[in-house]
Parts: sequence; C-alpha cells; structure tokens
Amino acid sequence: MFKVLLSRLGQAALVMLVVSAVSFVMFRYVGDPVATMSRENASVEEKAELRRSLGLDQPLVVQYGRFLTRTLSGDLGISYRNQRPVTELIAERLPATLELVIVATILSLALGIPLGVLCALKPDGVAARLVQALSLVGISTPTFVTGIVLILVFAVSLGWLPSFGRGQVVDLGWWSTGFLTISGLKSFILPGITLALYQLTLIMRLVRAEMIDVLSSDYIRFAKARGLPTRYIHFRLALRNALMPVITVTGLQIGSLIAFAIVTETVFQWPGMGLLFIQAVSFVDIPVMAAYLLFVGLLFVLINTVVDILYAVVDPRLRARSA
Amino acid sequence: MNAQSAPALAIDGLRVEYPLANGSVFTAVENASLVIQPGEIHALVGESGAGKTTIGNTVMGLLEKPGRVAAGSIHIDGKKFDAVKGSATGIVLGRDVGAIFQDPMTSLNPLFAVESQLTEAMRFHLKLDKGDARSRALELLESVGIPEPKRRLKAYPHQLSGGQRQRVVIAAALSCNPKLVVADEPTTALDVSVQAQILKLLRDLADSRGIGILLVTHNMGVVAQIADHVTIMHRGKVVETGSTQEVLRHPKAAYARALIGAVPRIDQRLDRFPVLGDEGKGRAESARAELRAKAGRSEANADETPILSIENLCVDYTTSGWLPGSTGHRFRAVDDVSFSLRSGEVFGLVGESGCGKTTIANVVSGLVRPSAGRVLYRGQSIAGEGATRRVGPLRQAIQMIFQDPYSSLNSRMRIGSILSEPILFYRLATSRAEAETDVTRLIEAVGLDADASQRFPHAFSGGQRQRLSIARALGARPKLIVCDEPTSSLDVSVQAQILNLLKDLRDATGLTLLLISHDLAVVRQMCDRVAVMRQGQLLEQADSETLFDKPQHPYTQELLSLVPTLDRIRGETQAA
Repeated sequence: MFKVLLSRLGQAALVMLVVSAVSFVMFRYVGDPVATMSRENASVEEKAELRRSLGLDQPLVVQYGRFLTRTLSGDLGISYRNQRPVTELIAERLPATLELVIVATILSLALGIPLGVLCALKPDGVAARLVQALSLVGISTPTFVTGIVLILVFAVSLGWLPSFGRGQVVDLGWWSTGFLTISGLKSFILPGITLALYQLTLIMRLVRAEMIDVLSSDYIRFAKARGLPTRYIHFRLALRNALMPVITVTGLQIGSLIAFAIVTETVFQWPGMGLLFIQAVSFVDIPVMAAYLLFVGLLFVLINTVVDILYAVVDPRLRARSA
Repeated sequence: MNAQSAPALAIDGLRVEYPLANGSVFTAVENASLVIQPGEIHALVGESGAGKTTIGNTVMGLLEKPGRVAAGSIHIDGKKFDAVKGSATGIVLGRDVGAIFQDPMTSLNPLFAVESQLTEAMRFHLKLDKGDARSRALELLESVGIPEPKRRLKAYPHQLSGGQRQRVVIAAALSCNPKLVVADEPTTALDVSVQAQILKLLRDLADSRGIGILLVTHNMGVVAQIADHVTIMHRGKVVETGSTQEVLRHPKAAYARALIGAVPRIDQRLDRFPVLGDEGKGRAESARAELRAKAGRSEANADETPILSIENLCVDYTTSGWLPGSTGHRFRAVDDVSFSLRSGEVFGLVGESGCGKTTIANVVSGLVRPSAGRVLYRGQSIAGEGATRRVGPLRQAIQMIFQDPYSSLNSRMRIGSILSEPILFYRLATSRAEAETDVTRLIEAVGLDADASQRFPHAFSGGQRQRLSIARALGARPKLIVCDEPTSSLDVSVQAQILNLLKDLRDATGLTLLLISHDLAVVRQMCDRVAVMRQGQLLEQADSETLFDKPQHPYTQELLSLVPTLDRIRGETQAA
C-alpha cells in the first residue's frame, strides 16, 4: 500500500516537473521579456544591465532552478498587464470559477441520474426516447453555441435572466460568493446550464448503461424472486450499484470542468480564471498564462492521484485479501 | 407427509413460448406437468436448453419478456398462480415462494451487508420492524448452520466463503416461511464437501419444515442423493417422470437411459464414455492420423526422463503492507509440491477450490512465477531456479485449455484466424495456404465441419467452443497440454464427448495431459495417475486405480465418500 502511494506521488511530482518546465520555457522564449519591459529607446548597455538584474544572463539550468524555487515559494511573478502579483489575481478569480463548477456539477448529477434511470427502466417509452435524442444534441453541440442560444432566448428575447457577469457578490474574507444574493443566484442559471450540459449527457448515458447492466445481474433477479417492491429494487438496490462508476467519472470531470470553463466564462463574461486566461492570451501576459498552465496541471495531477490512490484502497481484491 | 394439505406446487400442461423476431414462435416448454407435495424434493433434470430453468423462472415469476405462458396452469399451495402477472390471490413471491440461485458469488448484492439483504423481505412481507427482523435473521443464520451469526450479520458478501454465501441465500429464501422453494442449480458452483453440506441442509429443511422443493439441476449424483421424485426433460418436453429410484435404476425412455449413462462413474473405469448419438468418426479419424504424421514421431517415448517434473514448488501471494519493509499478508498457495509426468500419460490433479491446483497449472504454463522450487521440462528448467527465458520451442511444447470456452476464444476473431494464429506464430507452416489446410485438419480432428473456420465463436455452442479451444492448443503441435477444468462448464453428455475427444487425441498423437479437475469421477475415467491436493499441499499421489480403490489419506477417503453418485440413491441406503 505504501509503495503504491509512494509511486503515485512520485509520478505526480514528475508530471508537475514537466509541466513547470513547459511553463518556464514559455516565460523564456515566448517573446523577449527584456524587450517588453525596457523603454523603447533603451541603449544596449541598459538592456544588458536589465538582463543581468533579471538573471537572464545565467545558464538555462540555473534559471530553471530559480524559477522552480520561486514557484514553490508561491511567487508566480507579476502580471504584465495588471502589474499585480499573479497569485493574487488567481486567488481573486478562483471563487467565481469554483462556484460555477459546483453549480454545474450539482445540476448535471441532479438531472443526469434520474434521467439515466428513466431511460434504463423504460427504454421504449416516449420520454426515454426523447431524452436519448436530446442527449445526442447535448453531447454534439459546442458549448459556445449553447451559451449564445441561451442568452438569445432567456436574456435578450425574454429578458428573464442576466446575460453576463456574476451579479452582486458578497465577500466572506477573501472568498467572494454569488450564492447569497438574488441577482447572484440568477446569474448562475445560464452559465451553469451551459457548462453542465455536456457532463449531464455523459452522466445520463453512463447511469443508463450501468443500470441496464445491473438490472440483469443475478442479485437483482434474486431480489425480484424475493418479491421485494419494484421501487425498492430499482432505487435502493440497483441504483447504488450503478452509481459506483459515476462517482469516479464525476470526480475526474470536475477537473476538466474547471479547465474547460474557459469557453463558458468567455461567452458569459464570467469573471473567473478562464476569462483571466483568455484576457492574458490576448495581451501576451505571459506570467498569467504560465501560472494558469501550472495551476491546471496541478489540478489534474491532484485529482488523478487521489483517484488512483482511492482505487488502490477500494480495490475489492485488496479488500478480500486483508479480510 | 401430510396428505390432506394441498400440494406445494402443481403444474399442469404448462407451455411457455418465446415469439421470435421473424414471427415464428419458439416453444421452450411444452405440456409439462408435475406435482410437489409438502416436504418433498422434486428434481427437474436435463441439459442446457431443456427448459428446466424456464419452468423454475416461471414459478418464481421471473419469466423474461418476450417469454409468455401460452397454456397450462400453476397452483402454489392450492392457489392459482398467474405466471403472466407473477401474482396470485393469497400468494406473494418471496413470502410463499423462496428462491435459491446457482451462483452464491453473484446472487448477493456486493454493496449491502448480510443483515440488510436478509431482513428486507421480512420487513416488506411480514411487516416486521427492524429489531424483530434482526432477531429472526439471527435465528435463520443459526438454522442454516452459519457460525457466529451475530458477526456475520454485519459482514459483506465478499467476506464470506462460497458455502457461507449459499447458506445466506438459503436463509433469505426461508425468511418468510415459504411453502415452496425453487432451487436452480444450488450446488453447481460449490466444492464437493460444501455441496454435501448444502444438500443435507436442503433435505433437512424439506423434512423438518415440510417445504416442497423444486430442484433444478443437471447433476444426476445430486438427484440420486436427495430427490424423492425426478422429472427428466429434453428439448422442452418431459421425457420421463417418477420416483428417483425407479427412474435412475430403470429408465424407460431412450433419452433418459442415455443421459444417465453419460454420467461419469466413479466406481469403475470404462474405456470410453457412453455418448448420446453418433460421434461422427470417419473424417475425424483420418484428420487425426494426418495430424500425427505431421507432428512427426514422438521422439521422447523411449526416453526415461519425465516430460515434466515439478520439484519442491512453492508459490506465495503477497500483498505489500502500509509501511516500507513490512510484508503485509502472505498467502502460500502452493507449498512444497513435487510430482512428475511421464511422456504420454494423463496425470490428474484434484482438490477443492483454493487448494492450489490452478496455481500449479499457471506456473507450468508460465503465467505465475514460483517463489521456490522449479519446474523442469525434459530436464530443462522452465520456471523457478535456473530457469531460462522461455523461447519458441519450449513455449510451443506446452499449451493450455481453459475452463470457460465462452471467454477463452476471442469473440471478434473468426475461427480460422484463431486457429491459424499459433501455426503462423510458431512458423509451423511455410505458407498461408498450408496453414489453412492445417486449420481444416484441426477442425476435422476435433469433430467439427471444415466450414467452421469462416464463422465467429458466438455461432457455436459451449461444447463446440471447447472443441475449438482444444484445436487451438493442438495447432501449436504441443507435447504437453495443461487442461484446467476443461469440462466443468459443460453438460454431462457434452462433457462425455469432450473427454472422449481428449482420450482419442491422446491415443492418436501421443500427447501428455495434465488434467486439473474437482470432479473425481472425471479424473477416474481419464487419468493414469492422480495427485490429491489440499491447502497448497500434495497429500497423496498414486495410480488412479489404486487411489480410487484404496485411498490412503483420510482426506482422499472423505472426498470420495462425499461425491454424490448414482449408486447411492435416496431410499435405497437402508436396503443396501
């Protein structure tokens, strides 16, 4: 067990090292920082001086080492555009993205599981067929199209919901939340649905497939033979078995939701990390881009490591041997 | 028995049909009738597809759509049972009809504790509250003979052994005092000694509680041991019915005679298994002769070195601990086992599940590494100490046949490709055309038609697939074939054919077979020498005649006494 843990952590560290190297290379080679930072008519000596003071005359390895040390101590540099520490910027934008992702995840689970069960129990019913057909649309429509259509219908034509931003937010310490005001809650609806749509169809299809599988298993037949009520068999017994893989997939999907919230945040001008990144790209704000890259890399590595370790813990064969 | 009370189950003229996609109708059961009195065990016997499970499912209300009851009636405890709706006035499934399924590994839900699975039926049907249901569950566990019932209530299915799980399933079936229990192959997935215990338990339940039991099985030995009455089915029709003694001793119908004859005998060795129908010999024999000619003379026959010897073999399975350096759990699957195979013999390895016999097969075929000891092939170490990497000829010489013919053939490959794979891999043919003729020869040698090569595995029945697995193993022109339970997932009559085939091939090509089985009767019929294993240790090895006639080790004696056979028919024991 300890070996598994150790090797997983080792792998995680290795991946992060590679990600940080990519992010460092971006710093160093996407445009010349000296050219960006110095005055337009600076002399060659002035530039060389700046280069020396920034440590850019040192060998590459030394520079990478310094970059690593700084990154580990939490210093990700200063945004060219905002002239503020990148860590500060990210901390400021993080709550918006996380709250949006939470809403999207809850939405996709709350709708995806019942719809999946419905499709599994009545595969030939009208409702199940409709849901199946719609899920194809959901899975194949690009996020920005869904977002724009939703804005067009509910914000522009009907005027029911705001088309952009987080609405009013309340600050709780460093965390700003949109959950506590009406306009904040209203603002969640459209971007939440947009972001949830893909995951919702995924979960629905997964639940449907698992449920169909479980329903034909021996232990469900045995439960039927014991004359237990159908509702109890479906929702208490079978559903629990069907949800096992859903837990794994949802965990992994949260990571990609955070990373791929970029499109949704752009469409809805949601002041989260995705928007921060898009703005950084258009202004060649390299420290922000590099930090975003590092952050998303870290997020994926963390989630995957936790899932891997959980697998090792939950693996029934390991359980059986220690029993 | 109580003559006044209504029969536990009365089926009259039952017909079950499955409408097919092309508009025609497949009749799974036709005009079946049987009566089970309270306290009586009625066995329903037949091969797969005979319709016996369909009857069981109909009675349990589990008939799958689009199957339907087309004619006939079912009465449970004297009340008419509507099999279409799965209901009857006064009859509740689960309360009045209990069910026991074949595989205790899969009939309990892995995510729920034993307590929850035992008590739910009582809470719904008898309206017991949690506490009452719990104390009744404790009583039930005790009555089915589970030790420490208090602790077991909190256990999850994976923490129990197969036998214990089947006891839990039986306890669940009994939980609401049913009039009738339908047991569908209740011991097929269990070891002989556990099977004996479960059968005794069922018999006791029928005797002491007056429950009628419908026992669906294909095992004639089981029938002989506990059933009062037996009904033999073939292709959906009842072929013969009567008291167990009468039917097994003096079967009237030709099919019943053949079916009973196909059961491997443990008391004496026969030359061949009696089989149902024609074995289609002519073409197969000439194909085998050609195979033999191609394989060349078996060069080692004169040689005295054993073809395979296993010396002080140990295999440990370990799980690593939480801390570095700690070894975690260590489990010794094979403990200091030595034996050797002479060229051309059939060597049997018997024992109950978990005794290490399959681990040995895996070591021989190179799937598991030994922890100590070694395996020699013709004097050359192939596993363990001094083993060289297994290359071409060594790998080719040892082939395997696996237990489950459904999962051991790749379902996405045509039979032709499956069989030509080993031939091309070991470069046994100079051209593709030659490989194809070889494949045809192999298919004919195992008694199938040459056009099989164009089809996919799903087009074949279990027995045919096992024939193809054998053909695949033969394709590599091996000297030794390791057969791991080659017939345990097959019907008796099919088993007889496959075993005959293995015998014929052994005679024709001079193969050596390592046969691993838990079925002692099969081992007796097939093997020249036999070794008995328990808990990783080799207890006894001898010529099979000696071992079966005069077993030395008490464990062997016990195993032999537990095998249900046709010689010990219920009701005759006192007379004999």
